[in-house]
Amino acid sequence: MISFLQQNAFWIITIVKIALLLFIVLTVNAYLTWFERKVVAHIQSRWGPHRVGPHGLLQPAADGLKFLFKEDPTPAGVDRFVYYLAPFLALMLSLTALAVIPFGPDPINVFGQKIYLWITNPDIGLLVLFAITALSVYGIALAGWASNSKYSLLGGLRSSAQMISYELALTMSVVGVLLMANTFSLQGIIEQQSNAKWGVGILGWNVLAWTRQGLMWPQIFGFICFFTSAIAETNRAPFDLPEAESELVAGFHTEYASFKFAMFFIAEYTAMITVSCLATILFFGGWLSPFPATSVWTFTHYIPSITLIPFGLWVIYDGIRYETIFGKLVLPAVGFAMFAIGAALLAGAWIAPLHTVNEFIQPVFWFTAKILVFLFFYVWARGTLPRLRYDQLMNVGWKVLLPVSIANVIVTAAIVLWRSHA
Amino acid sequence: MNPALLIFFVLAGLALLGAGSLVLQKHPIHSALSLIVVMVSLAGLYLLMGAEFVAMVQIIVYGGAIMVLFIFVIMLLNAGEEEHTDLSKLAKFAGLPLALALTASLAALVFKPDAGVPTAAHAFIPKATEQISSMLFKEFVYPFELTSFLILVAIMGALVLAQREKK
Repeated sequence: MISFLQQNAFWIITIVKIALLLFIVLTVNAYLTWFERKVVAHIQSRWGPHRVGPHGLLQPAADGLKFLFKEDPTPAGVDRFVYYLAPFLALMLSLTALAVIPFGPDPINVFGQKIYLWITNPDIGLLVLFAITALSVYGIALAGWASNSKYSLLGGLRSSAQMISYELALTMSVVGVLLMANTFSLQGIIEQQSNAKWGVGILGWNVLAWTRQGLMWPQIFGFICFFTSAIAETNRAPFDLPEAESELVAGFHTEYASFKFAMFFIAEYTAMITVSCLATILFFGGWLSPFPATSVWTFTHYIPSITLIPFGLWVIYDGIRYETIFGKLVLPAVGFAMFAIGAALLAGAWIAPLHTVNEFIQPVFWFTAKILVFLFFYVWARGTLPRLRYDQLMNVGWKVLLPVSIANVIVTAAIVLWRSHA
Repeated sequence: MNPALLIFFVLAGLALLGAGSLVLQKHPIHSALSLIVVMVSLAGLYLLMGAEFVAMVQIIVYGGAIMVLFIFVIMLLNAGEEEHTDLSKLAKFAGLPLALALTASLAALVFKPDAGVPTAAHAFIPKATEQISSMLFKEFVYPFELTSFLILVAIMGALVLAQREKK
């Protein structure tokens, strides 16, 4: 038995990692809908979901159950095979993209096996992601075509045109980073950014690109082009023309109900997470801390606990005042858990094993924190920006983003060449 | 069984199935989808040979860009099911022997013992991006640049046609 486990350790570890990552990502997806509804609601001076569970925290579970139990009619005259294939394609591709994302540098040692925080880490990680992006058009285009409805077809057509147009700007905006990193490996791109001027972490990130060799070309324009086209590529507001509800009912997924609709939904939110990961990795130093690594700055290693402890205390305080009995029980428990984790990490200053744990979670903490910022950006953009008209959308893509990102490539290439000769 | 061999047979089978279905399907969208299956399986085969870059470019360019345009055009024209004409019957009778002849000559070339096609083990497969770029810009710079010109001409042609329609 043990020898079997050892021989097949790679397969077992990988399968467990995939299952774990799927579980985490789907949970995060569910709570991302809650987060989005809450933030948009507060932007519009509303309360958002707050009936199901304390602060509406059980709303995602209720939504999920509703999706499962809804009637799932297949409209007349649809192309059955393609109609069923489209949501699977969309969901499968967006989940596959997560397989190449590295979430942290250090492996965990379990039973003598090194377990890295990624499912696979190919040398061509970025190209894999672009390949998946290139294919993910099909999910939406085919859904629109197969539904046998003019709204769906228009949504599908719009989305294919939009995604093809913005894919160019998306790819070009990353070339600057590739020129500086000299590799397609996502881990390599992150490690290249640790070469910061005076060792001050944040300066080395590609948005600032102030390396020990001197100031390179900051990729701020590259980042703006990347994130804008990525929002368009994931069909999110203000570029959500494929589903523009005021014109096309719901666009490409008009004819989809029940869990097939949920699959498109999950695919969209997973794509948001992937894009946030990618923006973090390419332009914001991935898991690197923004602070210098010198011993004076060791106190920054306790930032996770410094954020968790007050937040936990606030959740306890809020829970005690909450109206429902359920909330009075659950919220303090959650708050106490947060407080306890924060306190345990803080105790790492004196207790050796906890210290190891605290050091281990540093990169993961920074990576997660940056991803959350980008996810908030997504929701913020949706809550505040009006949807573009179709011709405006095409103009932005072809006449603004593409030329700016090409110019960015040329300038970056010139400066990289100049720095490598100096 | 060797896992690599198993994956090879799965991918090769998929590619053949896709190619067969491409020809046999009646609806253009189904044919285009089958072609995508072929492209992606080919990319998988390249990956199996260790040519990672080529595999990904295969998916990005053929599986992504080109096939999306195919599907886009089919959707835009709202093309219906294939219709049989007298000429398509002719294609059926003339095409089958021709396809067989082509397969036979290719197979003869592959199985020729001395001057055969180099297999994965012998062929030089550049892995790193750096190798590929230096090959592209040193050895193959003229074909590469000429291809770019060809594409440029095509783009200009498309522009001219689009402009003419406006007037």
